[in-house]
Amino acid sequence: MEIQRGSRLRNFHQAKWDEEVIFELSTPGERGIHVPEVETEISDAVGDGLSRIPTAMRRKTPPALPEVGQMRVLKHFLRLSQQTLGADFNVDIGQGTCTIKYNPKINERIAGAPQAMDIHPHQDESTVQGALQVMYELDLFLREISGMDRFSLQPSSGSDAILTMAAIMHKYHEVRGEAATRDELITTIFSHPSDAAAAAVKGYKIITLYADEQGMPDLEALKAALSQRTAGLFITNPEDIGIFNPRIPEFTRMVHEAGGICGYDQANVNGIMGITRAREAAFDLCFFNLHKSFGAPHGCGGPGAGALGATEEMADYLPVPLVGLDGERYYFDYEVPHSIGKVRSFWGAFSVILKAYAWILSMGAEGLKEAARIAVLNNNYLLKKITEIYGATSPYTGGKRRIEQVRYSWQKLYEETGVDTHDVTLRLADFGFHLWQSHHPFVVPQPFTIEPTESYSKDELDEYLDGLRHVVQEARTEPETVKRAPHNSVVHKIDESSFDDPEKWAVTWRAFIKKHGEAAAKIRG
Amino acid sequence: MKTLGLIVNPVAGMGGTVGLKGTDGPEILERAEQLGAVPQAHKRAARALAALLPHSDNFELLTFSGVMGEKPAAECGLKPQVIGSGSSPRTIPEDTIRAAGQMADRGVDLLLFAGGDGTARDVCGAIGTSVTVLGIPAGVKIHSAVFASSPPAAGQVAASFLGGEIVRVKEAEVMDIDEEGYRRGILSARLYGYMTIPDGRRLLQGLKAASAPDERAVQMAIATGLIESMADDRCYIVGPGSTCRPLMEMLGLEDSLLGVDMVRGGRQIGKDMSEREILEGMANAECSLILTPVGGQGFLLGRGNQQISPEVIRRVGKENIIVVATPEKLTSLRGRPLLVDTGDIETDSYLCGYYRVVTGYREAAVYRVSCYA
Repeated sequence: MEIQRGSRLRNFHQAKWDEEVIFELSTPGERGIHVPEVETEISDAVGDGLSRIPTAMRRKTPPALPEVGQMRVLKHFLRLSQQTLGADFNVDIGQGTCTIKYNPKINERIAGAPQAMDIHPHQDESTVQGALQVMYELDLFLREISGMDRFSLQPSSGSDAILTMAAIMHKYHEVRGEAATRDELITTIFSHPSDAAAAAVKGYKIITLYADEQGMPDLEALKAALSQRTAGLFITNPEDIGIFNPRIPEFTRMVHEAGGICGYDQANVNGIMGITRAREAAFDLCFFNLHKSFGAPHGCGGPGAGALGATEEMADYLPVPLVGLDGERYYFDYEVPHSIGKVRSFWGAFSVILKAYAWILSMGAEGLKEAARIAVLNNNYLLKKITEIYGATSPYTGGKRRIEQVRYSWQKLYEETGVDTHDVTLRLADFGFHLWQSHHPFVVPQPFTIEPTESYSKDELDEYLDGLRHVVQEARTEPETVKRAPHNSVVHKIDESSFDDPEKWAVTWRAFIKKHGEAAAKIRG
Repeated sequence: MKTLGLIVNPVAGMGGTVGLKGTDGPEILERAEQLGAVPQAHKRAARALAALLPHSDNFELLTFSGVMGEKPAAECGLKPQVIGSGSSPRTIPEDTIRAAGQMADRGVDLLLFAGGDGTARDVCGAIGTSVTVLGIPAGVKIHSAVFASSPPAAGQVAASFLGGEIVRVKEAEVMDIDEEGYRRGILSARLYGYMTIPDGRRLLQGLKAASAPDERAVQMAIATGLIESMADDRCYIVGPGSTCRPLMEMLGLEDSLLGVDMVRGGRQIGKDMSEREILEGMANAECSLILTPVGGQGFLLGRGNQQISPEVIRRVGKENIIVVATPEKLTSLRGRPLLVDTGDIETDSYLCGYYRVVTGYREAAVYRVSCYA
């Protein structure tokens, strides 16, 4: 369909290359780089390299890696890059809870500079004083923002930070001789699912509090859940639906009275930076995803950094090493009495740490607060406009405003037209927009979650709104156009039926061939 | 070419417009007509069929003559094959039963029926779980879980199922209440059976979402945790419902899906037991009661499991009630509490409060139980 000039919507069409998987491009003998032969002087001195590896550890056959020339590899990845809907292309506010904000490019330059790129984690600390200073000072900044007393920068994602919190909580109870009896972790249905999942990995039984009619975690349910078996509470606030829980001090007080530890999932702190802090809400632990709120990019699933803060008491359990300053020199501090040990090799994802450090310095304390305020303003502008769109509602608010994001519902649209939230998502892709629904289970029916952050202009928010309005109009007048979407994207529709079938899913090429056979691979003459 | 069956109960919903709580039985229908009720089910069926029109080349539509399907289909521009006709001048429940049976015999890929709980019950009685069905909500009582949330939604789900976009099916409850009792202010519902419906859940929810596991996998996870915690010398009363079924299956025991069973030391003490049999089976043993909410409203007791009487509950003790439910079932309540309605006010108020609901392996929710009254 041709979009008329005068509309903010674009005549978008995504590139489609029908590109093979790189394994299918392999031609025996082809190479990207011909590594020079080793000079005899070198091989005479150190041998052939392989002979130093114990026989039992040597491969019998070479790895089945794709053999592809440099130019073809370049084309391959450039083509794939055109088939994605990257954050730098679109108005990426539809990936609610992810805090997709602008990641300043200058910070990429800083992180890519040789002073950062070419240092090695095995270097003596006297030769990497600058890097240690960055980590030390970032710790200080994050203490200010959270009110906590010490930060570890080791965890490399939000989920990793939650697992670290679970490990600390376990060690804390172990020191008190209660680790065996305190085996229950309490969380809420609107907290991030990793709060439950990572704690379960650590061996905890998971107790989930459901929301009351106002969308708040049920305080009475918390009372009923607490016991001598309670190890702690991991919770987000504001939760995924964008509602701030003003009773949070009661939650932490009750958990403390029951002998539990309170961990604050602040992966996304974007709406409350510089406004409320973990300390005042009496949390023992908290963490920030530096790759969300603090300006570092998400990086397609990595690298990330889940900076983990602790009160003075809980700092005794943080992973080692921390970074200290003896008055003159920065050093790795291993003197942490009850440390849980390492949760990652070396010191953390340094490039992400550096980008967050640069971002905080460029924003300043007032800038952080202003970013939060604009993010909240943008969100409430959208809340007003979206709830004026036919078929869209925002369950639970009762006319109240939200913090940084909203979980909306298309249930009314679905009942009137049969067009569901998934259909709307696919049709929006035709205009270069992404829209995400919700974690499972779908507590809000036909959900969609939008988080505009501070980065997008009113023009861009309006463009996105026009996209929503356009699709809703189609749902009411020509639902088939929506049901058959996407029309302008790389892939029309994906057969989802095998996604949770262990007989069919394949996360590696080898598994794919094993389960589906050689014939399933695309054969080129 | 796929085959779609269509059955419209033309009188469904008529009682509701004139405040009669239902339309079951010829006398009520007559009263409804006297009060000025007009048939509306065919209109709702037509709204569902409209969504199927763009796909009409991909399926063959089988239906009964006139208002039982032919008429609303033709109004939408569909050309159905008429394979039978209902009674004249007015259709009766046996027509629904006969039509469903004939469509099952012809191997329809999906059977759409427009009606309410009474119609669902008739279809269920005729074909059970042998054919995939979907209800177009058109009746007064919609307590069963086999209905789409609206007629257009029914049409779209049917289109997706016939088009191969939805490939999974699941079992859903057929509930019905006693209309006569309901008119007198007594709500007494029962779990009538299960039918197979398309499982329209989308698995692909974007980068961050874990895919929702298959409902049966969750039920098996719940059962695994329960079995680990079961004590040999304890007696377990297992209530009705599909969530409890994998427990009995994994114990290698027979399960009465709609009835109450009893287990002790891994052995079956009873199957589909009456209140008296349950009380006898409980003698000389500490007991636990395993319950799952039945039906769309979240009834834990008093709907479809009345044999678990106040006396049984008193003997078990509140602290020995184990509630199990998949997270999907809990979230479908949209924040409403679980309900008890045992018929005894004292027992109901004794049961109110917060319970741990087992939702998976080593996973539980804390959820409120309220009195229905």
